[in-house]
Amino acid sequence: MTEATQIHGVLDAHGEKAAELQSVYVYEAPVRLWHWINAAAIIVLATTGYFIASPLPSTPGEASSQFLMGYIRFAHFSAGYVLAVALLLRIYWAFVGNEHAKQIFYLPVWDRQWLSGVLYEAGWYAFLVKRPKKYIGHNPLGHLVMHLFMLNLAFLVVTGFALYSEGAGRDSWQYKLFGWVFAIWPNSQDVHTWHHLAMWGVVLFVIIHIYTAVREDIVSRQSLISSMISGERVFRDEADK
Amino acid sequence: MAAIETFYDVIRRQGVTRRSFTKFCSLTAASLGLGQTAATQMAQALETKPRIPVIWMHGLECTCCSESFIRSAHPLAKDVVLSMISLDYDDTIMAAAGHQAEAILEETKEKYKGKYILAVEGNPPLNEGGMFCIDGGKPFVEKLKWMAEDAMAIIAWGACASWGCVQAAKPNPTQATPIDKVIKDKPIIKVPGCPPIAEVMTGVVTYVTTFGRLPELDRQGRPKMFYSQRIHDKCYRRPHFDAGQFVEEWDDEAARKGHCLYKMGCKGPTTYNACSTVRWNGGVSFPIQSGHGCIGCSEEDFWDKGSFYDRLTKINQFGIEHNADEVGLAAAAVVGGAVAVHAGVTAVKRITTKHEG
Repeated sequence: MTEATQIHGVLDAHGEKAAELQSVYVYEAPVRLWHWINAAAIIVLATTGYFIASPLPSTPGEASSQFLMGYIRFAHFSAGYVLAVALLLRIYWAFVGNEHAKQIFYLPVWDRQWLSGVLYEAGWYAFLVKRPKKYIGHNPLGHLVMHLFMLNLAFLVVTGFALYSEGAGRDSWQYKLFGWVFAIWPNSQDVHTWHHLAMWGVVLFVIIHIYTAVREDIVSRQSLISSMISGERVFRDEADK
Repeated sequence: MAAIETFYDVIRRQGVTRRSFTKFCSLTAASLGLGQTAATQMAQALETKPRIPVIWMHGLECTCCSESFIRSAHPLAKDVVLSMISLDYDDTIMAAAGHQAEAILEETKEKYKGKYILAVEGNPPLNEGGMFCIDGGKPFVEKLKWMAEDAMAIIAWGACASWGCVQAAKPNPTQATPIDKVIKDKPIIKVPGCPPIAEVMTGVVTYVTTFGRLPELDRQGRPKMFYSQRIHDKCYRRPHFDAGQFVEEWDDEAARKGHCLYKMGCKGPTTYNACSTVRWNGGVSFPIQSGHGCIGCSEEDFWDKGSFYDRLTKINQFGIEHNADEVGLAAAAVVGGAVAVHAGVTAVKRITTKHEG
């Protein structure tokens, strides 16, 4: 995964050679689409989820003319379905997509090179290592964090559907599929708390994710932000291969 | 004894009229949510099937289950189940005492081997060999295991027998343990609540004794007919929840108007019980109707889930006591701060290395 294919420099109108940039197509369209749908769904889910746990100030007037909590919950459930369906499609794409589409779904813990890569990257973030290595997909540490995020996301989907099944009823497919969560935590109050904590886990991830994406883009001179739009990873530093 | 004694024989001998008997059958069938034909089926079962005795034992408990049970709103249900049909042994309310009472246990165990129902109120403490609850000179846990051996099924009354309740709350010094963690080889039906609703209790006993089998149970071993919906699902204040109208203070206008108690820590959304449909004291009221949130008394470890008045559950790990938002915000602040520092160091490094280069 450390190799980059070469794109030869081109000449401009004045016969001057343009800077040679290495670029690789990493993120296929479904992966990019999933990323942004997921991001949007998470924003809606985290906001509405917060207001379900700590509702807004009471609405005035008769109950018959208001449905604020109902709308908030509706938005939460709808976004939850969007996220879940997108996740399923993303898992499907891990099977049919390119090698990079599979990366975040497993950790190559048997790979010594990968393990030392995790340490190397940790050293890079601790300012102990002078130069970052370049990776076409996620760097090993990023790979690890991304995998943890996917587990967190799966946990949120499972507990979310389990909580949804409480309203949908004991005969619902949601309860048949996800009711086993209540075998682990018989009191659904615990499931609420874990679901809530996992939301904060996503918030932490988002902070780190955005920071490292911007930082790597600048410091390691490899594209991350535009990659999630174009799919291309561009290595701006020619000298460092 | 010549012929097999049926429930009906006993009922008639006690002077209950046929009319009252059929009334009881239809009332019970209705309260169990069974169909129209169930009343006839029930009557037939009681007339023809051999009587199933119920042994009611008391472990570590407060007797609130019994108190609830004897106040059953259908008077006949209480009378029939309690004094006429089946209750062969209940040490707190029976006339017999001492050796005379204990002899009944031995007799039932022998005579109705594999055919009697063991109803347990409270739970056995296991610490120090069960010495924290002595019943008839022996640890209760031994008596429980001994009577469970030959029982057809076990009814675990209340939050104590089902989940552990207050005596099992942290740190649980006596190691009070719910019935299903002690008896593993018998069908157990959990009827949680502190106490359970009287009509739910008589309904369950009547179902088991008349049909000779347990009603349909959910994943947690509770009868589906009473525990498949949350208080929240059938709460008459639900429209105020959906509208976003909440009581914010105990003495505010919303409290007087009867708005939703969600913000006051009502556990209705996480509590499975029949309070909002069956209600209490003969259908007079239930906690939310009286203006107080549900405390979730029929749920597992409800004593250890923080205050009854908090919406968000306090998390007590690592010696902290904060809710998910407080924990999450603190973690976000730490990570955010670390990111800011990291960004600062990165910027400084870049500037200094550029100078070097």
